[in-house]
Formats: sequence, C-alpha cells, structure tokens
Amino acid sequence: MKEKKKKGFWRTIKKDGALHLMIAIPVIMLFVFHYISLAGIIIAFQDYKPAKGFFQSEFVGLENFRTLFYTPGFLVSLRNTVIIACGKIVLGIVVPVTIALLLNEMKKNGIKRVIQTLIYLPHFVSWVLLAGIIIEILNPRDGLLNQFLGIFGVEPIYFLGDADLFRPILWITDIWKEFGYSTIIYLAALAGVDTALYEAAALDGAGHMQKVWHVTLPGIAPTIVLMMTLKLGSVLDAGFEQVYNLYSAVTMETGDIIDTLVYRLGIGGGQFSIAATAGLFKSVIASVLIVVSYKLAYKFSGYRVF
Amino acid sequence: MFRKESLGRKIFVIFNYVFCSILALACIIPLIHILAISLSDKVAVNAGEVLLWPVNFTFASYEHLLTEVKFFRAMGVSVLRVFLAVIICMTMTILAGYPLSKTTRQFAARQFYVWYFMIAMLIGGGMIPTYLVIAQMGMLDTIWSLVLPGAVSTYNIILLQNYIKSLPDEIMESAFVDGAGHWITLYKIVLPLCKPVLATLVLFIMVAHWNEWFNGLIYMNRPEHYPLQSYLQTIVVEIDMSMIQNVDPTLLNLTQKGNKAAQIFLAMLPILCVYPFLQKYFTGGIVMGSVKG
Repeated sequence: MKEKKKKGFWRTIKKDGALHLMIAIPVIMLFVFHYISLAGIIIAFQDYKPAKGFFQSEFVGLENFRTLFYTPGFLVSLRNTVIIACGKIVLGIVVPVTIALLLNEMKKNGIKRVIQTLIYLPHFVSWVLLAGIIIEILNPRDGLLNQFLGIFGVEPIYFLGDADLFRPILWITDIWKEFGYSTIIYLAALAGVDTALYEAAALDGAGHMQKVWHVTLPGIAPTIVLMMTLKLGSVLDAGFEQVYNLYSAVTMETGDIIDTLVYRLGIGGGQFSIAATAGLFKSVIASVLIVVSYKLAYKFSGYRVF
Repeated sequence: MFRKESLGRKIFVIFNYVFCSILALACIIPLIHILAISLSDKVAVNAGEVLLWPVNFTFASYEHLLTEVKFFRAMGVSVLRVFLAVIICMTMTILAGYPLSKTTRQFAARQFYVWYFMIAMLIGGGMIPTYLVIAQMGMLDTIWSLVLPGAVSTYNIILLQNYIKSLPDEIMESAFVDGAGHWITLYKIVLPLCKPVLATLVLFIMVAHWNEWFNGLIYMNRPEHYPLQSYLQTIVVEIDMSMIQNVDPTLLNLTQKGNKAAQIFLAMLPILCVYPFLQKYFTGGIVMGSVKG
C-alpha cells in the first residue's frame, strides 16, 4: 500500500517534472528570503546577542513580551497605530466612493480624462519625495498653505510641530496620495452596473438622486463590502513610510506607531529581541485579521485570492 | 416640475465639474510648487515669493546639482537596482505563475505550492528578523540585499497566473499535440500572449524599486551605496526643530531650498515619464487582481 502510494508520488513528479523544475527556483528563493526570516522570529523568545547568533543566544520564553508591555511608549504606540489606521480605513472607503460617484456623473470627455490622470498621480510618488514636498508646503515661515491661510488673516501654524495636528495631517496627506488611485476599482464597479436597470428606473419615474440611491449604490455595494472586509487586515497598519518621514520628537506622543517603535528599538538601538517581539505582536494580530477578512470576503462575495 | 429638476441638475453638473477640478488641482499643485521653486532665483525663493510659477526663471539649482557627484552616484545605484530587479522579479514571477496557472488535474502538486506562496503572503518575519538574516548572509552593503529579498512577489504571481488562466486552453493543448513540452509552450505560446500583463508587471516593479528607500537605508552601511530615494531621504526629509524655538530665520539654512526642490523633481521625473504607460496598463492590472470572482 505504502509502496504504491510512493510510486504514485514519483509518477506525478516525473509526469509534471518540467513544472516542478520551473517552480523550484522561486520556491527556493522564497524559502531563503522569507521562510528563514520567519524562523528568525525565534529571537523574540531569546535574549538575542549578535555575537552569539540565532543558535547560541539564551532562551527566555515569554520574558520579552513582559518587558515589551513595560517598555515606555509601547502602549502609546499601539493606541496611536489603531487610531491612525482606523481613520485611514474610514476615509479610504468614504472618499474614493464619493469621488467615483461624482466622476461617474460626468460625461466621457476631455475634462474627465484630465481629472482622472491628475488624481492618480500622487499614488506613484514615494513617501520620501512627498514628505519633502509636504514639509516644504506646511512650513510656518513661507509655506504655501500658511501663505494661503494668511490671506484670511490666520497666523502661521507650525503644522508638523503640533502634536494635536499630527494625526489629522497623516489622515489628510494619506487620502490625498491614495484617493485617486482607489477610485479606479469603484469606477470599474460603476461601469459594470446594468444600464437596463437605469432605464427601468426612469420608466418608473425615478429622478436622478433616486437612481443613484436605488440602482447605483446597490450595484456597487458588493465591491464596497469587499473592500471594507479586505481593509480589516490593515487595522494595525498605520503606514510606516509616511509616519517615519513626517514625525519628529514633538509629535511622537500622538504619532509614534508600532512600526516606528520597532525600527527605533531594533535597527536604531540594537535591542533586537524586544523589537522583534513588538513586530511579532503586531504581525500575529495582523495575520489573524487578514485570514478572517479573507474568509469573510469569500463568504460575502465569493472572493478568492488564488 | 420637469424644468425645475433640469435646473437643479444643471447646477449640480456645474458644481460637480468645479469640485472635481479643484480636487485634481489639489493633487498636482504641491508638485507644481516644487517645480516652480526649483526653477526660481534663490533670492525670490528665500523671500517666499514663489508660488506656482517660477520667479526670475533660472536653471541655477539644476546647474548646481550637476556638480553634486553624490546625487548622480545614487541615481546610478537606483538605475542598476531597477534593472536587476526587473530581470530577477520577472523571471521568478513567470517561473511560478505558469505552473500555478495549471488546474490541479494538470499539475497534481498545485495546491501545495499555492499554500506555500499564500502563507508567505500572509505572514512574514518582520523587519528585525529579516534584517538579521540578510546580515548573517553577508549581504549587507551589496546591491543584492535590495533586489533578492523581495524578488518573489505572491501578488505578482497571482496577477500573472490569473491572466494565463484566462487564455483559451486550446492554444496550449495544440502546442502539446505538436509535441512541445512545458518550457517550449511557455516560451513560444504563453509569453507572447501575455505581453499586456507582462508590461504591467514590469512597470509595477520598476516603479516599486525606483521608489523604495527604506531597505536602501537599513541594508546599506555606506551612504555612497544608497539608492537615490534613500539618499534623498537623508537630504530632503528634515523637520526643522528650530522653527518651534523661534530662532532668527536668517540663521536657518535656506539656500538649500531650490537645490532640494530640484533633486525632488529629478527623482520624480522617471515616474512622470512612464506615467502615461502606467495609466494605460494599471487600470486593467488592478481590476484583474482585485475583483476576480
């Protein structure tokens, strides 16, 4: 029996040999650069010393988790992460859906094309360059925004030097960068709404708003639900690149997130074990959320990744 | 009744065009502002006179930039990195995408590999273990640390395998009937048919690697090995604490402004150049990846 099974296995290997050979190279690459570092998570349970390496460092069990919760700033960064990320998730649904609905009301013409071209652009510019631009525009001395506000008699504001303003700035600059690109998916959904439904609604005497309410929105609701579900996985993803490039000592209290803390502790401070523990804490929760969100998405709309 | 609604509709249409146009302007005004600063005279820049149009038009900032070896060296690193990344990432994506596009009946082990790639997409080691592994492999300070770790992208593989699946089966079957194996079929039949999705992937990889800065910052020990965006991160991003403490503004280092703006704009230029192509392909790409049933 066992012999037979083994033979079957070798037969499929032989039959699909070329396919196995093809996929072997990416499989090995992924093993080396992903699965080995996955095993490196072990340092979260060690008192890792670079000189001793992965194998010689002392095991400490869950000690690092205890230390982590007493690390000044960890709970603050956890709170900030959730607040910043949730704000982004809400805006990241509401704004693109609204804009997509507005764009959908336009006739296909040059103006619409130009508008679409312009709003997609910031998505493709890196946070480094955008941060450079944002810092310049928000500067209190002669920044563009303060000059503009000055017209209305507003005193110059040091936007990036004010802890209370930091989260709103993160939300606004994030949605500014991404809303255009996010409309694409909703525009595609809108294009897929059956036109016969609009004609039927018009025959029934529906006005424009009624058509939007009774035909358009239900038509794109599955897409909205799907996007909301998939975003569930990013509740702990506050946007490292953005925060890292915009925060400073003054805005740390409201702006420090888990990822920036991990960076400062680990790469900056050499406390590899504690940093890896914080990273593990985040990625365990995130992985669970992502798996749940995929399951929900599959249930709601038959969404499948592969 | 009918007239009233059509008036309201007219007002809405006008409002809609105005509102969306303002939004679109808001997206590029910051970029135009930076371009205007980079093309303006230093004195006008420091006086805060430059808004959206260059004042006393000059190429001085760009001429000054020509003397900065560091900037161009970093640009060279970035170009090399993008070149290597496109070749390696595309090879990996094709080699994994084609086998995974087969059905389980055609490729018995498919499900195993699907999980192997899926798990990698769902959980990762995180910043610190990855860094330590790269360090232990002796890859710090080499260009390979920027190219190899992200070379296998499950997302790209999904995109490609979905596209291959959508091709008519008969074409591949006829190739097999003619005696072609998987390698020949992939090379002669599948890849030529996949040109649109391959172009999309190449563009995605180019943009991603051109824009990536964080790995460059942590994996490279010496600034002369930084790719462009990592180099600019150290130059352009500084939040000036002196602003809060009311230091005399004349003491601030302001002459750099035009120079910084020029560097930002030059780093953005390649993106702007491929942008028309990006726009042509990415709409299809996103929809393919995201709303497949």
